[in-house]
Amino acid sequence: MIAGIDVGSRSIELVCRRDGAVVHTARRPTTFDPRGQIRSLVAGLPLERVTATGYGRTLVAQTLAEDNGPPVETITEIKAYALGVRDLSPEARTVLDIGGQDTKAISLTGDGRVLKFEMNDRCAAGTGKFLEHVANVFQISIEEFGAYALQGDEALTINSMCTVFAETEATSLMAQGHRPENIALGLHASIVKRTMNMLGRVGLTHPVVFAGGVARNPCVVELVSRALGREPVVPDNPDMVGALGAALYGSVQ
Amino acid sequence: MSQSYHEMWEKLNLDLPAHDGLLQVLGKFYGDIYMSQQGRLQGMEYLDFVLSEVHGLRIKELQDAKAQGRKVIGSFCVFVPEEISLAADAVHVGLCSGADAGKEEAEKLVPRNTCALIKSFIGFKMAKLCPFTESCDLIVGETTCDGKKKAYEAFGELVPMLVMEVPQQKRACDRELWKAEVLRYMVEVEKLTGKTITAEKLKAAIKTVNDRRRVLQRLNRLREADPAPISGRDALLINQVGFYDDPVRFTASISTLCDQIEERIKAGQGVAPKGTPRLLLSGCPMAVPNWKLPYVIESSGAVIVGEESCIGTRNTRDLVDESGETLEEMIETIVDRYLKIDCACFTPNTERMDNVAAIARELKADGVVQYTLMFCQPYGHEAIKLGNRLEKESIPSLAIETDYSMEDVEQLKTRVEAFVEMLK
Ligand code: SF4
Ligand code: SF4
Repeated sequence: MIAGIDVGSRSIELVCRRDGAVVHTARRPTTFDPRGQIRSLVAGLPLERVTATGYGRTLVAQTLAEDNGPPVETITEIKAYALGVRDLSPEARTVLDIGGQDTKAISLTGDGRVLKFEMNDRCAAGTGKFLEHVANVFQISIEEFGAYALQGDEALTINSMCTVFAETEATSLMAQGHRPENIALGLHASIVKRTMNMLGRVGLTHPVVFAGGVARNPCVVELVSRALGREPVVPDNPDMVGALGAALYGSVQ
Repeated sequence: MSQSYHEMWEKLNLDLPAHDGLLQVLGKFYGDIYMSQQGRLQGMEYLDFVLSEVHGLRIKELQDAKAQGRKVIGSFCVFVPEEISLAADAVHVGLCSGADAGKEEAEKLVPRNTCALIKSFIGFKMAKLCPFTESCDLIVGETTCDGKKKAYEAFGELVPMLVMEVPQQKRACDRELWKAEVLRYMVEVEKLTGKTITAEKLKAAIKTVNDRRRVLQRLNRLREADPAPISGRDALLINQVGFYDDPVRFTASISTLCDQIEERIKAGQGVAPKGTPRLLLSGCPMAVPNWKLPYVIESSGAVIVGEESCIGTRNTRDLVDESGETLEEMIETIVDRYLKIDCACFTPNTERMDNVAAIARELKADGVVQYTLMFCQPYGHEAIKLGNRLEKESIPSLAIETDYSMEDVEQLKTRVEAFVEMLK
């Protein structure tokens, strides 16, 4: 069995392939003990080779080496997403990946190689972390936050891209008596605006595949569709694409 | 470092505990980034030694020179004509400004949105950390960007300072202005040192500085080889050390090193396997100990084969014509040589676009990493232009904007690794 592991800031995904097919997938929260989580994810699996990606990719290599586990190679999320997306949607030319703490826009060549990429820098503006943070302010779970925002009928303008200042803005809009659904919608819109800029910089070509954990958020998907003027392709398990890409990388090596 | 230096540092009015702390951090940083390299050249021991003694032996040499009545002149920019300082028997040192130390202090004098390089030289002074700054009898600034221009107003209150006006265009009238500035510098240096610059002395100084440029040019040419015979980190270090080591000694040592490199090339040996992605690093200057990005690049499976930077080719590419005999002729050749510098402070500055593309081709680089210090307007603007130009020439490039802090190392790694993956 060949595995791909994607260690993100929020969750760790595992995809295992055998004879060209996915035979096992699993997912766990990253927590403060990612090593422990990695260990329990791979426990008991007959793994021949592992490819790790995500910001904790070297941690996988260290952990499995300590355990005398299978050999580990590492690739970046950019490459992993490109590989995963090519497998799921061979015709894709642009990838948008919004994860827990990074947002990436990747343009692909006709044969699926990375042509150009953009990535947010040091702060969490426009990432899943941003949504998580503001959902807290609304005391709504992150899973429900998108559906909640979709009940808004007017996206209020949120000027700040900074997570902390955006929270302040949201709180003062609440104090002014605005509908909270509209504030939530505005917060989603601010992420999408930033994302669109990033897509523009890599030269937006259709079809666009929207992957990463935030692609589960119906409001972000809806706003991205509106901004693009057509629907992006959202894979069934958008947060598994990185791990899938890693597993594919391991399979061809 | 031995106790005897403490006395010297005390006399220089350094903040001793803070300075000890700095040396410790530097030593550890150096160990991690340099000593851990595999297959390093023997000749690099000279640089390890120079660097380990940078605040010790080298400062002692400066103090000894001062005791003999020589003056020490410091500068931040490759525009300040070192030939003239040397012709007046002064010691000329580049002041490094490549670390975060003293940042909070600096922010009392310059706005927060100022590039790390400026904050660093002010911070080093205010926190009393830099024995080079404290040894200078004169520090020469230049008007190459608004940040520096304004920073020198504040800095000038703290140190003996002279600011040269570098023009921003290269028309005939700009050349006149620059020539007037070079002459003014000459007068100031003569005043400071009490020595008269003669044709003979200037000729010798031109030769000394050219020789150093020549040896660095030779080093750069050797880097065309695949496998790369020397790591980019080591080459950068050589360029950095070139700013404050004695020029004659430096030239001789690097020449020996180049001989070794030639042997390696003949033997087909390198610091990374043949076929390792080769990158050209381009943009803002990288003063000691600014090794973050080179380290990230070279631990991501690539090797740096050139530095298009002031601590790199921009400093070494052009020589002063050596045919001048009279003082007047030599001033002309110096003026011409310095106006060839393609700093981003010029407008327009198409030479730089041409030069970067040419260097990338010569060194058979697979891609260019553009390095811009956050808040640096001139290089920030050119990063966009250069990116477009390189795209037209089908040379892949990656633009990085960062500073001296370590907080973005993980993001930088992902970016650089992804770029290297793209090239494979
Ligand atoms: S980048 Fe420009 S201002 Fe800075 S050292 Fe180089 S020539 Fe001088
Ligand atoms: S890095 Fe840019 S902003 Fe900073 S001193 Fe140099 S030219 Fe000026």
